[in-house]
Amino acid sequence: MAVGGWRVLATLPLAALMLAGCSGSGSYIYDWSIFVDAVVRPDGLILTGVWLTLIISVVAQMIGVLLGVFSALGRTARLLPLRVLAGLYVWLFRGTPLLVQLTFFFFGLSVAKIYTWPPIELFGLSISGEIQAGVFALGVNEGAYMSEIVRAGILAVDRGQLEAARSLGMTYRLAMLRVVLPQAARVIIPPLGNEFNNMLKTTSLLVVLGNVPELYVTFSRKNGSGPTSFHPFELFLAAAVWYLLLTTIWSLAQARIERRLSQGDRRDEDRGLLDRLLGTGGKPDARTRGVR
Amino acid sequence: MSDQPGLLEIIGTAGARPAPGSSDVVVEATDVHKWFGRNEVLKGVSLTVRRGEVVVICGPSGSGKTTFIRCINHLEKIQAGRILVNGHTIGYRERDGKLIEDRDASIARQRREIGMVFQRFNLFPHQTALGNIIEAPVHVLGIPEEEAKTMGRALLARVGLGTKEAAYPAQLSGGQQQRVAIARALAMKPSLMLFDEPTSALDPEMIGEVLAVMKELAAEGMTMILVSHEMGFAREVATRVVMMDEGQIVEVAPPGEFFSHPTSERTRAFLSKIL
Repeated sequence: MAVGGWRVLATLPLAALMLAGCSGSGSYIYDWSIFVDAVVRPDGLILTGVWLTLIISVVAQMIGVLLGVFSALGRTARLLPLRVLAGLYVWLFRGTPLLVQLTFFFFGLSVAKIYTWPPIELFGLSISGEIQAGVFALGVNEGAYMSEIVRAGILAVDRGQLEAARSLGMTYRLAMLRVVLPQAARVIIPPLGNEFNNMLKTTSLLVVLGNVPELYVTFSRKNGSGPTSFHPFELFLAAAVWYLLLTTIWSLAQARIERRLSQGDRRDEDRGLLDRLLGTGGKPDARTRGVR
Repeated sequence: MSDQPGLLEIIGTAGARPAPGSSDVVVEATDVHKWFGRNEVLKGVSLTVRRGEVVVICGPSGSGKTTFIRCINHLEKIQAGRILVNGHTIGYRERDGKLIEDRDASIARQRREIGMVFQRFNLFPHQTALGNIIEAPVHVLGIPEEEAKTMGRALLARVGLGTKEAAYPAQLSGGQQQRVAIARALAMKPSLMLFDEPTSALDPEMIGEVLAVMKELAAEGMTMILVSHEMGFAREVATRVVMMDEGQIVEVAPPGEFFSHPTSERTRAFLSKIL
């Protein structure tokens, strides 16, 4: 059922194009009211899609950050097996397409009855196997990228910091937790913001799993049913606007987080909202100013 | 300043007598060897430091003095010999006549009683001055935060930074940062303080304020070992001055003798260059 579902979904925009091409006038006629409606008067399905996209992204990113921190610590560990294990993980998941990982984890495991992704009840909500598999694959894939980002962050912290912490009687673990990682965070946050921005949009790949009421999937379906059928471009443009809204809100949130983390950093200066989003300040970023 | 409590009174170790039966030897290094790859940087260094002593180690760069002081709190491993701090082998256990490196947690425990001050201060930049000082007392010793803050504020006031508790390291001058770093090390109530070129990274006008704090500490009876080129400080405060060259100690003498009648040719040559 699910397998058939995604095949149909994937071919829908193409079918719509062909239909439009055959319908007399010979050119596709945009019905902008469909676009405006989907943006200004979103129905319940769209709003659910927004929320689900956000929730899936946040959970998958959190998994990614955790896996990234652990595998980065693994790659800088003294024990060889830990280093090898962490290295293999990054190599494998950064080196293969997310689409392959996604289909393998969901369809590959379930057709072989290795794991069939039964729904899970959580806080009174039923979470479908597709969502679980999607969050899992997105998170594990993201962890491999975060691993390199976290490792770079740890390496950017001056060696003297670890020595000072150790001289004060901290164990390696406590020194990492209290001294090195908080400083690495400052280096990690900007690329992490990039990763999460990507994640918000990458959730649209869940369309291959079919039954996930994510934003992109929702709009694909609208294209296949009811009065909005066969208007793929108005619908996907509307989807793009919703994604843009999510990523914009995230950009603003990220700026706030970076400002909080830069306490004690004299170089940091306040920048306006527009400047942050579009770089309208006309001046280079305060952090890079001295470098040019 | 004399009406203020002393630094050791603030941390509660002033006049603390060693447990009966324990020796008054704080550091005992015996025939310490260290290689960096094929390069032997310590070639059998032996030195005994007693409670209340202030030992200044000098020598040309590359002589191994910084490496040696870093071995005393096991920031560097050693390949032969041994270093005892308060009677315990630092960083190693003996098994069947061989030295085996200690576990992380026990090395950390040993380091609690050894304060270290670095050339580049190494304050935690994400923490305020007070935050730097209470970090280890709270998270390593488990002292309640309020208690640690009270002690931290008293220490800051005593090193002349009473108004800077909320300042981040980047907002402090080098001399101020180094004074916070000394206070941070003291907050762990150490029985030994190591200083690795504490004034070498400072502008000349800031050296005095840091040396003043170190002098007070010495006057209160703290056991101190420092690597330094501050010969004025050595002459005035040190109980003994050590000259190192090419991984070996070439001369150890009280400052009076060391500066007026150095016995080794190497020491004479060195002193003639820097004095």
